[in-house]
Amino acid sequence: MSTYIIYKLILVVAVFAISLLIAMYSTYGERKIAAFLQDRLGPNRAGPFGLLQPLADGLKMFMKEEIIPNVSNKFLFVLGPGLAMLTSLCTSAVIPWGPDLVINGIKYPLQVADVNIGVLYLFGVVSIGVYGIMIGGWASNNKYSLLGALRASSQMISYEVAMGISVITLIMITGSLSTTHIAEQQHGFYNEHSGWLSWNVFKNPITFVIFFICALAETNRAPFDLPECETELVGGYHTEYSSMKLGFYLFAEYVNMFISSAVMSLFFFGGYNFPWMDKIHDPNTVAIIGTVVMFSKTIFFIFVFMWIRWTIPRFRYDQLMNLGWKILIPLSIINLVATGLLLWGTGRI
Amino acid sequence: MQSLTNRSKVVSNKKMTFLERMYLPAILGGMRITMSHFFRKPATINYPEVKRPIAEGFRGQHVLKRDEIGAERCTACGLCAVACPAEAITMTAAERKKGEEHLYREEKYAAVYEINMLRCIFCGLCEEACPKESIFLTDRIVPSDFERNDFVYGKDKLVEGVTDDLRIDISKRQTKAVLEFKTHPEYQHNKLWDPNKSIKSKNAGH
Repeated sequence: MSTYIIYKLILVVAVFAISLLIAMYSTYGERKIAAFLQDRLGPNRAGPFGLLQPLADGLKMFMKEEIIPNVSNKFLFVLGPGLAMLTSLCTSAVIPWGPDLVINGIKYPLQVADVNIGVLYLFGVVSIGVYGIMIGGWASNNKYSLLGALRASSQMISYEVAMGISVITLIMITGSLSTTHIAEQQHGFYNEHSGWLSWNVFKNPITFVIFFICALAETNRAPFDLPECETELVGGYHTEYSSMKLGFYLFAEYVNMFISSAVMSLFFFGGYNFPWMDKIHDPNTVAIIGTVVMFSKTIFFIFVFMWIRWTIPRFRYDQLMNLGWKILIPLSIINLVATGLLLWGTGRI
Repeated sequence: MQSLTNRSKVVSNKKMTFLERMYLPAILGGMRITMSHFFRKPATINYPEVKRPIAEGFRGQHVLKRDEIGAERCTACGLCAVACPAEAITMTAAERKKGEEHLYREEKYAAVYEINMLRCIFCGLCEEACPKESIFLTDRIVPSDFERNDFVYGKDKLVEGVTDDLRIDISKRQTKAVLEFKTHPEYQHNKLWDPNKSIKSKNAGH
């Protein structure tokens, strides 16, 4: 029992550290990718290729003066960024990062918590994420922050509907709410029994497209970055924030991006599964390669997020709401019904 | 009417087709374009390490030349200050004392000579006005600074060094036309410093 707890503790710390590390280097990656997409060089002064830039940025954030406006609600003002960070880090608990490690005949799953309602937990925590932004924007007592917070909350709530319906479609295919099962079902690349590719994206690509668009909106990334659009809202919900509290908001966005990329690769791109994984018989080798594969898929999606950000201009607010309510939700409902009919017709339910 | 370029397009407000209204193909097209830039060579030049190639006759930071024996050529006539359209040049003249012949070429010299680099427009009119071939613009770029006052360059920054390695090359500013113009007998006394001519022979000539 004690080894179990120690193992879980190590895993928690490792996942926590890796999420923060990847989020940290996402800021660097974002700037580099933005630069390359615009024929620039990007940060290249701090360390080789500018690799120490995130550390320098973090140090800068820590050293800055911390300003809490007099008119703000101080408790909520501090709570906001903390909550944003907390919820974004919480979600990593249910994601299986790789197949089980086997040491001395004991299985060590590379997943912090194997709950049988993992998907539900994920969406529960993600929807709490909006509170961090809302509380921060409201507590600032600044009209721009409030407008940013309003935009954020209405946007996230709108897109959560379409996202939820697309996830229901996914669950109809998988028949399970457990993230472990979803990963195991997409074993390998080609399923001999069904005669079809095993990853969910090949089973229902429309669901993936809807999910992807909603994930962009949920993480407040471009082209859905209205809550923090500099041109209209002076920075949005974090206008009044300074020092590391601002850093927490910015960081939480990158952690969110990392987690949603991980979720996308888990739900639709087979998670840790890779083609010809049955050819390797040593379970530990599979586990290590699987973990690497999982992280490569995640990093690829982070790259796509950034790629999109530096390609597409921001939506206007009414366009955003139109897309959410008039297109994505009907589309996801049609997708849901069609998938249901297909599954019923082929006798799978 | 003939258009200036062939790139003008007639705008049409026709209804978009279903595929166009989906926007996804257009978005993918946009992403293809940005990706093509990803692999392109960056246009950025790492400035202090790498410098852009500059034109032959580049007009940058000024230099006040010395003559063959290392005496300042400037005689503080003030023609450069008069010619300067930006009024960037000021100077104070002083009389050469006995025993200072090796320092100042003419009997009058500039005790203070200042160019305000923030006012200067680097037109090169001072160089054109100078009868003593003293002031020249060079291919050096005026570096950035923090204080406005630091951009007022005095003689300490403008006058070139005495030894050969501290001399500033201004041959690029001496175009063929300029050199030909300067062969006029009126300019003979101003002949530029020539490394082939030794100081002795020059002194013997006078």
